[in-house]
Amino acid sequence: MLAFILRRLGILTVILFGSSFILYNLAALSGDPLADLKLSSDPNRDFLIASLTRELQLDVPPPARYFLWIKGIFGIFLGHPNFGKARDGSLVSHSLALAIPVTIRLVLTATILAIIMGIAIGIITALRQYSRFDYAMTFVSFLMFSLPVFWVAVLLKAYLAISFNNFLKNPIVPIGWIIGIGLATAVFWASLIGGTRRTFWIAFGASGIFAAALVATFSATGWFLNPSLGPLVIFALSIGIAYGVTQLSVGLTNRAALKSSLTMSALTLLSYYPANWVFSHHPGTFPILAMAILAIVFAIVSGLAFSKIDRLPIIRTTVLTALLSAGLLLVDKFMRTWQPYMQTDAINYRPVPTVGQRSDLLGNDNWWLSSLDIITHLVLPTLALTLISFAGYIRFSRGTLLDVLNQDYIRTARAKGLSERTVIMRHAFRNTMIPLTTIIVVDFAGIIGGALITENVFGWSGMGTLFRNALFGFDLNLLMGVFFVTASLSVLANLIADLLYSVLDPRIRVGSGG
Amino acid sequence: MIFKKKSAAVATGDTSGENAIANKEVEGLSQGQIVRRRFFRHRAAVFSLGVILFIAVFVFTALDFKLFGIWRIHGWWKWTIADIPDLRVGDCPGGTVGCPTMSLRPKFLGGAGIGLGDHPFGQDDIGRDFFALVMKGTQRSLSVMVVIGSIGGTLGTVIGSISGFYRGKVDAILMRFTDFIITIPAIIIGSVVGYHYGNLGAIFLAFYLGLFAWTGLSRLVRGEFLTLREREFVDAARVAGASNRRIIFKHILPNAVGVIIVSVTLLMSGAILLETALSYIGFGVVEPDVSLGLLISKYQDAFTTRPWLFWFPGLFIISIALSINFIGDGLRDAFDPRQRRRISKKERQDSAIARKLAQAND
Repeated sequence: MLAFILRRLGILTVILFGSSFILYNLAALSGDPLADLKLSSDPNRDFLIASLTRELQLDVPPPARYFLWIKGIFGIFLGHPNFGKARDGSLVSHSLALAIPVTIRLVLTATILAIIMGIAIGIITALRQYSRFDYAMTFVSFLMFSLPVFWVAVLLKAYLAISFNNFLKNPIVPIGWIIGIGLATAVFWASLIGGTRRTFWIAFGASGIFAAALVATFSATGWFLNPSLGPLVIFALSIGIAYGVTQLSVGLTNRAALKSSLTMSALTLLSYYPANWVFSHHPGTFPILAMAILAIVFAIVSGLAFSKIDRLPIIRTTVLTALLSAGLLLVDKFMRTWQPYMQTDAINYRPVPTVGQRSDLLGNDNWWLSSLDIITHLVLPTLALTLISFAGYIRFSRGTLLDVLNQDYIRTARAKGLSERTVIMRHAFRNTMIPLTTIIVVDFAGIIGGALITENVFGWSGMGTLFRNALFGFDLNLLMGVFFVTASLSVLANLIADLLYSVLDPRIRVGSGG
Repeated sequence: MIFKKKSAAVATGDTSGENAIANKEVEGLSQGQIVRRRFFRHRAAVFSLGVILFIAVFVFTALDFKLFGIWRIHGWWKWTIADIPDLRVGDCPGGTVGCPTMSLRPKFLGGAGIGLGDHPFGQDDIGRDFFALVMKGTQRSLSVMVVIGSIGGTLGTVIGSISGFYRGKVDAILMRFTDFIITIPAIIIGSVVGYHYGNLGAIFLAFYLGLFAWTGLSRLVRGEFLTLREREFVDAARVAGASNRRIIFKHILPNAVGVIIVSVTLLMSGAILLETALSYIGFGVVEPDVSLGLLISKYQDAFTTRPWLFWFPGLFIISIALSINFIGDGLRDAFDPRQRRRISKKERQDSAIARKLAQAND
């Protein structure tokens, strides 16, 4: 195993070396960084040309200059890499350090959302193959596949952001919309749950009426201007989470898990006021993380207290319930920040922005306001990226699960008399996750370099913008810096994916063949 | 609920009766015939095939077309992208200029009657006919798609099959070369190539993009060849004295053709989006050439005032990409031997009755 990893790492280094050499020379030969200076009529033109030439070592021919560049990169092994200087004299490593967090912030949420939703919908469509829901989702995913992201982005800006901001001027939902939302929800849930004609119509009626009533209440009470959940709604939702997580994870017949999860719901209700005290007196990321850890500790204790045998699945279930319920407290706090946020001068009741990564006019003094500001700026890009990328996960997880369901061990599991939940979640789903994991790893690596167009449309300045500027300005060191980061990440991710595959699937032997 | 008891939806469908139906259906048919039959049963795919053919013919005959640079074939549309007719001013909603003259509301409903008018898709800033521009852009997109698909497809198939068939050193070298190309992200290559050579024309750009688009396909084909070459029929052919060339072309390739065709269609639908995206950010097709991505990029700020400049190019991109995806899906269903057609309720009942009759006769 170790020999395999070392050999692969060696090959990867050679590959990176070669491809960076080729790209360096291609990019160097394709444009002259001094071109615009040579044409300028600046009196100290010659001095500028001379200083830029010295700074970027332009007097060295590109193939040789490449080795000067790679010498700086090899500094990684000595702890002080040198990515060289950009044209404006700034350090490339500095620009990269600024851009990478922005890009991660932009793409991480979207990728995680796309993975979770894509896998969930993919699995449901596979379980209900050839149902109307399956056909509808197939069509939707193909449509998403075919959408150019810049096109979606413009539509989202025009129809979602601007209309929503206009709507907030007078937040009364018209009756037609209420009926429409109710019908859409009803169709979605009813086709999702399906079953006999009777359950279909029950689901249709219940979800439709519930959604319509909810929207009508929100509209009547002015909830959109001052939203909140409140302790009782949080408690109710938390009980729902407890039941849902338990059903998916170990089944409702496992009373210990259910009791342990419900304890977490009660604990969430009890911690409502203490948590809010912490939120308002000690805002920041650290207290939130501390509370999450506290929730995990409580969950483990409760899981241990309620279970006698088979403890791990019960603890897992409880921890998941505790974290999701604690998340509700956070959501509630953000909701109650909404009204003060909209009242600030920087926002002035138009909370969904169409461009930029934060409102510069908004001060930094209130942690909750600036966090909410970051979230509102994330809404549109995240939505656009999620929409176009989750289709792939739907198709992939559907296909894989269908393959797995045709395997003999699934028939064996059914023949043993296991419940359908156990067959799907434990036998089928876990095996579906093997190929999915490797794809997810590679996708996460692609995150860093992958949002060139989205960044451009929404006016963010991350890696994509850096790359674009480098290309337009013949900024060789900057271009190579971006390339080096994205390429080494993608190469590493491929290696990790291969290793994970062999760890998850014992049938694959690592190091056999090429 | 989602977890229902074992039902028809979850069932693998391989009870003997259904197998009998499936087998009876393919009796005495060649692989090509089976595939064609299965494909034509996929209604969405057939419909998409019709759409794509229609768009191709519609678009390529619309404008003047130069064959081999000599023959000039006149298009059926009255404007070309070089014409600059008068800009329509005055009778547009909201005080804009160059709005579409197309009307779909008949006269008795208070509209202007069903008709195209002079400029069905409107006009751009200087008055050029937008229908002609969109036609030109779609021509570009379609040609880019075909060029990337054929170059990428050929390279991927050749490299994948050589490395899968010969294994050993050849395989190691070719696969490291593939890794090498994969390291360079497609968008970076596209940008470098498009930025510096984009002005040489869309076909040249597509040619270069195709040179880098084969990696995924070659890995798939290699995997397919690695499994197929171990099969009995290949051993049989070798024992019978077939040459490597004959084994590759007559025995292995026909069995791998499904994988190849399906991935090439997906490659093509990716290619059309890649070209539009590159043109959008300014690295792809550049003016004075026309491309759908370029049109959208140019007029995205006009969306609120002149939305037609944004809608029509987008709709053409989506309908082409969507059709290609559906065709790919239909082909996958047609080629996949594990894929069983959905057995209709009536056929299942028929086979159940037949089985009961057979049991009663025993």
